[in-house]
Amino acid sequence: MPEQTLKKMSYAEAVNAALRRALETRPEVILFGEDVGVPGGVFGVTKGLHNRFGDRVFDTPISESAILGGAIGSAMFGMRPIAEIMWADFFLVALDQIVNQAANVRYVSRGEATAPITVRTQQGSGPGACAQHSQSLEALFAHIPGIRVCMPATHQDAYDLLLSAIWCDDPVIVIENRNLYHASKREIVIDGNVEPIGRSAVRRPGTDITVVTWGSMQFQALEAAEHLAEDGIDAEVIDARWIRPLDMDAVLRSIERTGRLAVVHEAHTIGGVGAEIVSAVVESGIALRAAPVRVGTPAVRIPAAPTLAEAVIPSVTEIADAIVKTCRS
Amino acid sequence: MPENSPRDASDLVELFTTMVRIRSVENEIARLRSAGDVVGSVHLCSGQEAIYAGACAALNLPRDVVFPTYRGHGWTLACGVPPYAVLAELLGRRTGLNGGRGGSAYLTAPRWGMCGENSIVGAGAPIAAGAALAATFDGSGRVALAAFGDGALNQGAVHEAMNFAAVRALPVIFLVENNHWSELTPITSTVRDEKLFRRASAYGMPGARIDGNDPQGVQRAVARAADRARDGSGPVLIEAMTDRIVGHYIGDVQHYRAPGEMETILAAEPIGRLRRVLEAQDTTAAELDSIEQSIHHEVAEAAAHALADPLADPATVLEHVHA
Repeated sequence: MPEQTLKKMSYAEAVNAALRRALETRPEVILFGEDVGVPGGVFGVTKGLHNRFGDRVFDTPISESAILGGAIGSAMFGMRPIAEIMWADFFLVALDQIVNQAANVRYVSRGEATAPITVRTQQGSGPGACAQHSQSLEALFAHIPGIRVCMPATHQDAYDLLLSAIWCDDPVIVIENRNLYHASKREIVIDGNVEPIGRSAVRRPGTDITVVTWGSMQFQALEAAEHLAEDGIDAEVIDARWIRPLDMDAVLRSIERTGRLAVVHEAHTIGGVGAEIVSAVVESGIALRAAPVRVGTPAVRIPAAPTLAEAVIPSVTEIADAIVKTCRS
Repeated sequence: MPENSPRDASDLVELFTTMVRIRSVENEIARLRSAGDVVGSVHLCSGQEAIYAGACAALNLPRDVVFPTYRGHGWTLACGVPPYAVLAELLGRRTGLNGGRGGSAYLTAPRWGMCGENSIVGAGAPIAAGAALAATFDGSGRVALAAFGDGALNQGAVHEAMNFAAVRALPVIFLVENNHWSELTPITSTVRDEKLFRRASAYGMPGARIDGNDPQGVQRAVARAADRARDGSGPVLIEAMTDRIVGHYIGDVQHYRAPGEMETILAAEPIGRLRRVLEAQDTTAAELDSIEQSIHHEVAEAAAHALADPLADPATVLEHVHA
């Protein structure tokens, strides 16, 4: 059991601490992407790492295919690359390298070649975001066999999930959230054990309804749950954290007790992970006491103006209303 | 003395043997495809064998590694993978190189330095750059060779890979097999400057056009590029001129070829040409006939053996998705 340390830090600093630990303990770890080296990242997340680790942390051209391909090729030859795609939306210019390449290496070679890459990115709508800097794309990645996907939202998870991803022998996409990077400081445990991937976390225990959520939207879901507690509705809020593999066992165990389900996410509901969870619950045969509900963004592009964006991204009120409707039906 | 200097002339026989083996396997595959034993889209490389034989003779496999495209049976065989493993793979047998997961277009043999065919023709270039990137950390002396056709040079990933490799001086060789056709469309109708090697200068690396039907010339060029890469001087772009003596895929009627084009190509194809060179030296026609017959026999035996093997096992289909 490694010695544990408690430290007060921001979400961005927690990511930085995880990267530092990986670089320190595993000589095969390298870290690269646009502006991650000398500048320390456009959000300051990789600050100081180039100075500390030299050329193991370096800047790349604005070339997402080269970044991801470079990660895959180096991983096939013993490195543990951590690549950064600055905005999740930028993945789309190089989706081939993830979907056709990284995901295929282990399968086609029957494990003779592997591509244990970690790709960090961030997503979500925030003030001043625009159409190509605000999408929630986790469902797109989660659809691909061979790819692991997680979305840390707490400071502790920003540290823990990233390490689990780096230690994982499969390609993993870690989707952070830029609104959380510098929002607050929290005390977190560093230097603890590296956890296995795929476990969810109960953020609020409850008995009346199971709310499954992930990413930063869970804070709105938790706020809604606290409001509802005053009205006598006791919601259990589960942070799925890992979108693939999804911890459906934990969700099903919770639903067996509550008999009700709401899925809350920032992504579009159409073709999304929420649909996957509702389907899995229905397929499980567990009798629900009310129709399940999904709360997410409708099928619309994410607009630039804050008033327009707010009109489509789920709010605390909208989440609370959906939960109330489910519980009272 | 460079590490991979071209071997002496006696190795021409070795190059000849490799080229005949590739052609023979390709002919066998064409036969099996027509018979319906091999199914799906198959892209043969007949006519381009000198590139594979020459390049692999210059590399130190499997420390050095190659990343070809779907027209990659020749690369796989030149890396040393036995014809039996390739044929069994195309036949969907559990004894195949990849147990039936790869098929014609995704043959993967890392133990031989053959890091996987690719249907996305430019996608191997950044991955090869990654393999080279690893070499800058692990001290292995590895050189990665990304091979692709003339059409692939118009893919964005190739541009990104060449720039990335050049700026980091990565030990990569970008080898264009210019057979003049991007699938069914002539390269001349999709680029303004048909001298593709000239793109190298845009990335600040050397570029050269060579005769891709001369295995020794290919061997020399690749050996020079590999030595340079290993010295830390960065990547090179080699444009090897060649011709397909087959269609883009088995069944391609090649209506796009000009009258007489194939006759000219066949007159210059590399196996007949090397045979004439060897005969002009000390090797007799009888010796060369004997090599050819022995290889045809070896390949026919391998095909028969593979055909008799059990089909790929559906019980294993979900294995190896994850660690």
